[in-house]
Amino acid sequence: MSHWIVMPIVLPAMLAALIVLAARYHVALQRVLSVGGTVALLGISAGLAFGASDGTVTVYLLGDWTPPFGIVLVADRLSTYMVVLTALLAFLVLLHAIGSGWDRRGRHFHALFQFQIMGIMGAFLTGDVFNLFVFFEVLLIASYGLMIHSGGAIRLRAGTQYVIYNLLGSTLFLFALGTLYAETGTLNMADLAGRVAAIDPGASSAIRVASVLLLLVFAVKAALVPLHFWLPASYAEAPGPVAALFAIMTKVGAYAIIRIYTLIFPPDLPLTEGLHGIWLLPLALVSVAVGMIGVLAARRLDRLAAFSVIGSMGMVMTAIALMTPAGIEAALYYIGHSTFATAALFLIVDIVRDRRGGHGVRVERAPPIAGGALIAGLFFAAAIAMAGLPPLSGFLGKLLILDAGFGSPLVGWIWSVVLASSLVAVLGFARAGSTVFWKSREATATDAGDTGDAPPEAGVDGGPVSLTPALPVIAAAGCIAVLVALTVFAGPMTGYLRATTAQLMTPQPYISSVMTAEGKPIPDKEKDYGKDPGGDDDGAAPDGLVGTEGAEGGDR
Amino acid sequence: MSLILIVLAPFLGALLPAVMANAGRRTCALTTLTVSAVALVGLVSRVPEVLAGDMPVAQVEWMPELGLNFTLMLDGLGLFFAALILGIGCLVIIYARYYLSRDDNMGEFFTYLLLFQGAMLGIVLSDNILVLLVFWELTSLSSFLLIGYWKHLPDGRQGARMALTVTGMGGLAMIGGMLILGRIAGSYDLSVILENREAIQASPLYLPALLLILLGCFTKSAQFPFHFWLPHAMAAPTPVSAYLHSATMVKAGIFLMARLWPVLSGTEVWFYLVAGTGLVTMVIGAVVALFKDDLKALLAFSTVSQLGLITFLLGTGSAYAAVAAVFHILNHAIFKCALFMTAGIVDHEAGTRDIRRLGGLWRLMPVTFAIALISGLSLAGVPLFNGFPSKEMMLEEATHVTFFGPEWLVPALATVGALFSAAYSFRLIGHAFLGAKRDDYPAKPHDPGIGMWGPPALLCVLVLVIGILPWLAQPAVFFVAQSVLGTTADIPEGLYLKLWPGITEALMMSAISLAGGLVVLLLFRPAAWLWTAAHVPHAKSIFDGIVAGAVALSRGLTQPLHDGAFTRYAMIFAVAVAALSGHAWLTGEVGPPTREPLPMNEVAVAGWLMLVTATAAIVVFHRNRLFALILMGIVGLMVSIGFALFSAPDLAMTQISVEVVTIILLLLALNFLPDETPRESSGLRRLRDGTVAVVGGLMAAGLSYHLLLRDFVEPSISAYQLENSYKGGGGTNVVNVILVDFRGFDTFGEIIVLGIAAVVIYALTEALLSGPVRAKLLNRRPEKDLAGDMHPLMMVVLTRVIMPLVLMVGVYIFLRGHNMPGGGFIAGLIVAIGLVMQYMASGYYWAADRQRYPFHGIIGAGVLVAGITGIGAWFAGYPFLTSSYGYITIPPLEEFEWASAMGFDLGVFLAVVGAVMLSLESFARMARRRDQKDSEHAMDIDPSRKETT
Repeated sequence: MSHWIVMPIVLPAMLAALIVLAARYHVALQRVLSVGGTVALLGISAGLAFGASDGTVTVYLLGDWTPPFGIVLVADRLSTYMVVLTALLAFLVLLHAIGSGWDRRGRHFHALFQFQIMGIMGAFLTGDVFNLFVFFEVLLIASYGLMIHSGGAIRLRAGTQYVIYNLLGSTLFLFALGTLYAETGTLNMADLAGRVAAIDPGASSAIRVASVLLLLVFAVKAALVPLHFWLPASYAEAPGPVAALFAIMTKVGAYAIIRIYTLIFPPDLPLTEGLHGIWLLPLALVSVAVGMIGVLAARRLDRLAAFSVIGSMGMVMTAIALMTPAGIEAALYYIGHSTFATAALFLIVDIVRDRRGGHGVRVERAPPIAGGALIAGLFFAAAIAMAGLPPLSGFLGKLLILDAGFGSPLVGWIWSVVLASSLVAVLGFARAGSTVFWKSREATATDAGDTGDAPPEAGVDGGPVSLTPALPVIAAAGCIAVLVALTVFAGPMTGYLRATTAQLMTPQPYISSVMTAEGKPIPDKEKDYGKDPGGDDDGAAPDGLVGTEGAEGGDR
Repeated sequence: MSLILIVLAPFLGALLPAVMANAGRRTCALTTLTVSAVALVGLVSRVPEVLAGDMPVAQVEWMPELGLNFTLMLDGLGLFFAALILGIGCLVIIYARYYLSRDDNMGEFFTYLLLFQGAMLGIVLSDNILVLLVFWELTSLSSFLLIGYWKHLPDGRQGARMALTVTGMGGLAMIGGMLILGRIAGSYDLSVILENREAIQASPLYLPALLLILLGCFTKSAQFPFHFWLPHAMAAPTPVSAYLHSATMVKAGIFLMARLWPVLSGTEVWFYLVAGTGLVTMVIGAVVALFKDDLKALLAFSTVSQLGLITFLLGTGSAYAAVAAVFHILNHAIFKCALFMTAGIVDHEAGTRDIRRLGGLWRLMPVTFAIALISGLSLAGVPLFNGFPSKEMMLEEATHVTFFGPEWLVPALATVGALFSAAYSFRLIGHAFLGAKRDDYPAKPHDPGIGMWGPPALLCVLVLVIGILPWLAQPAVFFVAQSVLGTTADIPEGLYLKLWPGITEALMMSAISLAGGLVVLLLFRPAAWLWTAAHVPHAKSIFDGIVAGAVALSRGLTQPLHDGAFTRYAMIFAVAVAALSGHAWLTGEVGPPTREPLPMNEVAVAGWLMLVTATAAIVVFHRNRLFALILMGIVGLMVSIGFALFSAPDLAMTQISVEVVTIILLLLALNFLPDETPRESSGLRRLRDGTVAVVGGLMAAGLSYHLLLRDFVEPSISAYQLENSYKGGGGTNVVNVILVDFRGFDTFGEIIVLGIAAVVIYALTEALLSGPVRAKLLNRRPEKDLAGDMHPLMMVVLTRVIMPLVLMVGVYIFLRGHNMPGGGFIAGLIVAIGLVMQYMASGYYWAADRQRYPFHGIIGAGVLVAGITGIGAWFAGYPFLTSSYGYITIPPLEEFEWASAMGFDLGVFLAVVGAVMLSLESFARMARRRDQKDSEHAMDIDPSRKETT
């Protein structure tokens, strides 16, 4: 039996525990473990993706229980794609966190980082909705820890809002799961698919509510307007590398929607017909608009980046909301693009913050930053990607979405909003970028003449540059490089994603892979207690242990 | 050379100048020149094929599914533009080498220039309109960098942003237009699209496609009313302006109109829109140009006007006009480049470009003057210069075009345009170069070195050659024009490019315009006065106003909504959830009850009443934090009783211990907060929030009630778990087996959540205590009087005595867990409560001193133990967390059962203990105060106590 599929969850969890246990005072050791683990994860993820690339659905029975009675992990094209994205992002972000010294500005960065990866990986791999909830909790609490890493009043306040809002989401998740379980009596996704399809259309209200509640839970994660309010402040205030890692967190919501609404509530299911058709797409378009308008409105680069996340997720949700193969394919491509574009932007903003000293990331004139041309170039590239201009992947993703939108009755709206918001984004990025990176030169000219405030600023400017200034830049450039790769290999990439979509749209192989998997044999006879799955037994059964107080506990 | 290499050469070469910048300016420029020259040579090497009628094609698959392939082709039109781009590009590079000063970063400049050149080449060689779009937007982006090259100049930044915004807008519109066009034609390949004229023009989508594409072309080619960005783009270094205005950028729109001419032209919309816009632009540009005092601004508006002329020709839709358009594109590129270079020379040598401060330069700069004269007269459309024959053709065409009835309208407008063109050309020559020598030039004007005058001089030779011997250009122009026309039309029979067209209406119009131009120049002063008095609205201020308005609007929309008011966020959340789930409920069918309700009994009713009372009381008394906490305890206890009632003693036990621990931790936290929650929201808002809460609550209750009366669609999985917990999991306590076996993976996740929470609390405490808050906490004065008894005797004694008992109970609960109510989670909580009691009774320092293992470690160890237990199954060939159990006998004890799940439960136990204790420890560390002594003694008196009276 191959255990690789559980490794993306177990490995970071064990590493994090080990760091907490044995390395909590050794930053160097933590770094070695963290980087080593992330690199290993990259290899494992690539292997998993390779294994799934021919359409194989790998099922892993935790505890070796026959589905749907235990928890299963499932690796198909979609989940391994997300796992690869996560591993790659985690590696780049980790480089930045180490290079910029963020990991030393508070306690337990690496442990929380690994736990966070574990949570994300688990959410992508699990085939059980309650287990998905557990991983949502893991990634929520770990992300909260990372978000408020190194403290500060403003950050703590933003963090509080973040965690409370997401707890609202978690509560809603429980409501949704309760409703779902009450209707179907199961938690396994593949089993759910079968049971939901068997529900009498004459009694559809409750399952429809369950479906919508789940959708809303994931929409909170995906920052769909009007459930996005947790995002701007928390992403803007989070440490740069953490915000960059969060780029994949919003995708967890998008992933879950794609998974649940192709597997359990597929688009052609009569039971859930007309459920979200009238509001999901409009809300997604509003998200695009809100995000890009926020980009234009931003007075600080970090807010700008945070709002661009909302816009970017709006694009993903627009594509998903079409609920067509072309839409899902476009969404998957855009997810990859958006992850690294967002991450690049946050990493660059952090570098700017680091090098600009007291001016922070406010969009205002300041002394020029060290290595300005390179940073400006990276920002330029990230902005191009984010605004969806050629030649980077944002443009291709946008083409895919526009193309997919053709069949929709709202095609006019989709096109207008997507294209107009790009223009707004271009304007916003151009204003911010030219002020931060270009206006600075003017400032030097005047500062040099004006002896009043030049010296202290120069001092501040020289101060906070981190120990290894190259590493953060390499990480940011790495994100851009991934975008370039996504662009150059767009053909093979979309081909693969088309196959992924096809797999999603015909869920039967997935369902049968899960439901036909056989767990450990259960000994037949009540008396045959000694038979353990390992095979060795040793004798007679004890008596007097038959009664169970919990016997009815499982029943509702 | 492969077409792909030709296009890629500038992009790849763009890396070189930046690298070569350190090798000196000459090397840097030479490298750049080599790159362009290589591409040019490559292009020339493909000329024979094109002339032979072949169409070289190169293709690399990119996104075949979308129809986006990197397909390039070289036909007459592409060749013509590519030659202009590369040929003029080489001259511009040479010129720039001498133009840029030592302070300018030459590497950066040439990098941008090459990027731009590559993007332009891509546009003209693309066979796929999506690839064309890519290059189209690339020109916008690279020109943004070029225009903003002098970053220290506000003009540069604003001009760059304006150019990007306007052309970017057009580009985005064009994305839409091209996608529609491709949809109609069924392919994004130009070769296919160009053959589908009928289908495209008959399609209902033709109009939107046309409008969107034209928006792209008009913005790029600076057609009215999008012309305003071009004059501001002159903030770029002059070589860039020369390049942008002559062969590139603005010609891209023209190129695309020519490229799509066979499929889009010929309809009424096309005619009125394109020809009309062109005509208006031609006139407005020419008039405005006359009154510009900045040499470059004058030339910029002249570009606008000349582009209008070409657009007009393309718009009329006749083959004759198409030939004229091609011819004028060539001529304009040549003389406009020379003119901009001249303006650059003047700026460089005389120190200003302001016409009012110039004059009399002809003596000082004879070579420059000669160049300016030749190219200026060409611009004016004077015979013997190359601007003349093509302008003649335009005027000729104008006489055949009628707009809205009156036949004189178009010819008259064309003449006015030509008249003002002549006037500003004469002004350029007359006011800047002729006249008396002045003695107040900012610098000492003199002719530059050959590096700077060579390139424009070469262009002037071309101006004269084509001007005097236009038939020399005829084969080339006809060849290109035929490729514009495609199969839709042929070059008119008997058409020749000639110097002397004979006495025609057009010649008369030409004569009028030249003479009129001279007259206008003579009347320049009063005309200028009139112009100033007219207060023509300034496009820049309008644009700035729109942008400022957009920014203000976006701030107005964004900031009030995202101001951090959490209650509003939560309210919107609740409303959205209620509305959307309500919608889902109402659009479905409500199923009838399928289950009998359980009979009500006194316990249930009493419990329900207590729950309701406690919850209602919280609403009323929530401002008193301590009281609210106690009420919450009641809710928790009722939940545990509910668990017990429904035969889940494990859950009841867990719930009770969790309640105890949480209440203790919350009490510790309350220590740092005021007793009362302040009132923050107005009555109206409370009413709003209350309504939302009540509606949401009722909906949740209704849903629960409905679900309670409905059965599962199929038997639930719990039956299996009940049946198999002992047979498969080795435990008779199903809840515990579910926790550690069936769904052990969930538990694994949950203990991690708990561990993370504790670690986060710790990290947060550390962050607080290493910041400014530390002093605040240390100097805090308690609000209330302290008890004198810091560590009450009775409690200390009791907790110490009880400690072994508590631990014993913990162990007992832990061990029986698999078969009876209990387990690691509850045991962990019980032990933690025992430890917490020591802290509470005997004080932090006393307890901490006696604590041997750090709580971090316990958490880490717990997760590790649980994980390793799970991993252990791998070695037996089973999946993660597969349990096994068996029976062993250790004499003298009786046989007893062991289960690997116990190892997992141990991990749970450790993680729970560690997490609770670490949180507590963190709170305790925050509770330290300066006025407190660190006391080693457990039973002491607090000396800081205030006497209460």
